[in-house]
Amino acid sequence: MTRVLEVVQIGPAAAVQDLGRPGFIAAGLTQGGAIDRTAVYEGAALLGQDPHLAVLEIASIGGSFMANTPTRIALTGADMMAEIDGAKIAWNASHLLEPGQTLTLKACRNGSFGYVHVGGGFNLPVQMGGRGAHASAGLGEVLAAGMSLPIGDDAGTRTGDVLPRDARFAGGTVRVVRSFQSAYFSEAEQERFAETQFSRDPRANRQGVRLMQDGAGFAATGAEHIVSDVIVTGDIQITGDGTPFVLMCESQTTGGYPRIGTVLPCDLPRVAQAPAGAPLQFEFVDMDTARRLEATAQLEQARLSSRLTPLLRAPADIADLLSYQLISGAVSADADPFD
Amino acid sequence: MTQSYPKIQTVGLSGLLVTFSKSLSEEANIAALSFRMAADGQNWDWVSESSSTLVSCFFRVDLSVHNPDGCIAALAALLETRDWAADGLPSGRTLWHIPAVFGGTLAPQLNLAAEAAGLDPTAAVAELTQTRLRVITIGFAPGQPYLGTLGAHWDIPRLPEITPNVPRGALVAAVKQICLFSNDTPTGWRHVGQCGFRTFRPQAEVPFPLSPGDEIQFHEISEAEYRRIMAHNADGAGGATQEVLP
Repeated sequence: MTRVLEVVQIGPAAAVQDLGRPGFIAAGLTQGGAIDRTAVYEGAALLGQDPHLAVLEIASIGGSFMANTPTRIALTGADMMAEIDGAKIAWNASHLLEPGQTLTLKACRNGSFGYVHVGGGFNLPVQMGGRGAHASAGLGEVLAAGMSLPIGDDAGTRTGDVLPRDARFAGGTVRVVRSFQSAYFSEAEQERFAETQFSRDPRANRQGVRLMQDGAGFAATGAEHIVSDVIVTGDIQITGDGTPFVLMCESQTTGGYPRIGTVLPCDLPRVAQAPAGAPLQFEFVDMDTARRLEATAQLEQARLSSRLTPLLRAPADIADLLSYQLISGAVSADADPFD
Repeated sequence: MTQSYPKIQTVGLSGLLVTFSKSLSEEANIAALSFRMAADGQNWDWVSESSSTLVSCFFRVDLSVHNPDGCIAALAALLETRDWAADGLPSGRTLWHIPAVFGGTLAPQLNLAAEAAGLDPTAAVAELTQTRLRVITIGFAPGQPYLGTLGAHWDIPRLPEITPNVPRGALVAAVKQICLFSNDTPTGWRHVGQCGFRTFRPQAEVPFPLSPGDEIQFHEISEAEYRRIMAHNADGAGGATQEVLP
């Protein structure tokens, strides 16, 4: 029997993703993949598996799912309020989903993208080196109710671990390094950009995140005849009316609007997860600082599994608390009643 | 922006850009194509991929791991070895012959484009089919080529109104260039031709048939011939043939 996760209900813009398809920028294809890469690494750490395995990325709305065999799952990214058969389960944690049980994810409580990981990963066919959907390239597909997602072989058995959550789900300060077109913006304009309190526009997707602010738009000097050039993920492009957009994993590969700077890769998940209206501010850092920050973040990502702790169930989260034998009987003080 | 060309700059923490000119020119484009090929030939282990844009080459490098100063020094040393525009285009490039319909219901903005270029439609089609165009860059959409360069009278601006949906396979004209659309796209460029050549074939062994530096010769066909080609276009070739340039 093929192991599958059946999609019972799903919101719009949910799709299988992985770490993307590097190597095709010369052909006009951006890397794509999960918009919050940190969430992919967290899921891999929770399930003790390769971060290159495919995951499910869900934008905002949630969904419900059933497995046909006992399936290890992990939930990361934007906290969606999760239940298995009506019993609340912890976010940023691993769990076991038994056949016949329904995993339900409700709308995001914070952040913008939630992730469901399964032990063994989603075993979709590899197309051009990746399993993920890339809408602008027409690769993969958006999920719909009734679809069954094949699951790969799972060598692991462990569940019931949790990772601490970081603060990337409510906007905040994002570090930026100057890039090859920053000099089209005067020192004063760059300074004003860094001092501006932006908020994330509701108009945001996997291609780019639009930023709102009350002041005048940002003006480039001498950029009328700028020649289209390479775009990298995290570039902050300023369109003709002075509006900044952070270009995300599914952006185009070249563009003619000047870029004022580039968000550090380690801070892109914060941009990706900022909910509509969340505050965002940009801090320019020099190249040495940027390199150090990014190297430290990559090291932390590689060591995520050292931060796993066993999941302790809080009594308030147990739906059928009254049915547990909590007082009488031979229960020692250090026995785990939930084993 | 006073530094002389070619210049080498960092691109975020994602790589390095070698730019040959401030504005688009034949020499700068040839230099970018040639330098990228030569740099790829160095097999530098710190470069994970490369691309060339209109006047630049991009080298993807994780700058949090590799010191930009060392990478810049290596690129600068290679740059100094020759005049990258002088040697002309590298050999072994592909010449594509692509059948296309010009004007009519399938490409309704030919007359507008011809008028903007100061030509009658027949003369415009003659120029579009007699000029051998080169892939000067690929980008914006997967596999989508920008072809140049037409004569100066083709330096026609984009339309003030965006045409909401110009189909895949469209040949559109603006700023001395022709773009061959990979997907249905809203655009301000004028829709002058239509072909069945698919620039992105995700199921194929070679998903991106075109490379920067390739040349393209369009051949005018009738609407009936176009429909005949489209009836058997599962492979996306659109009736095109190819040959290797010496």
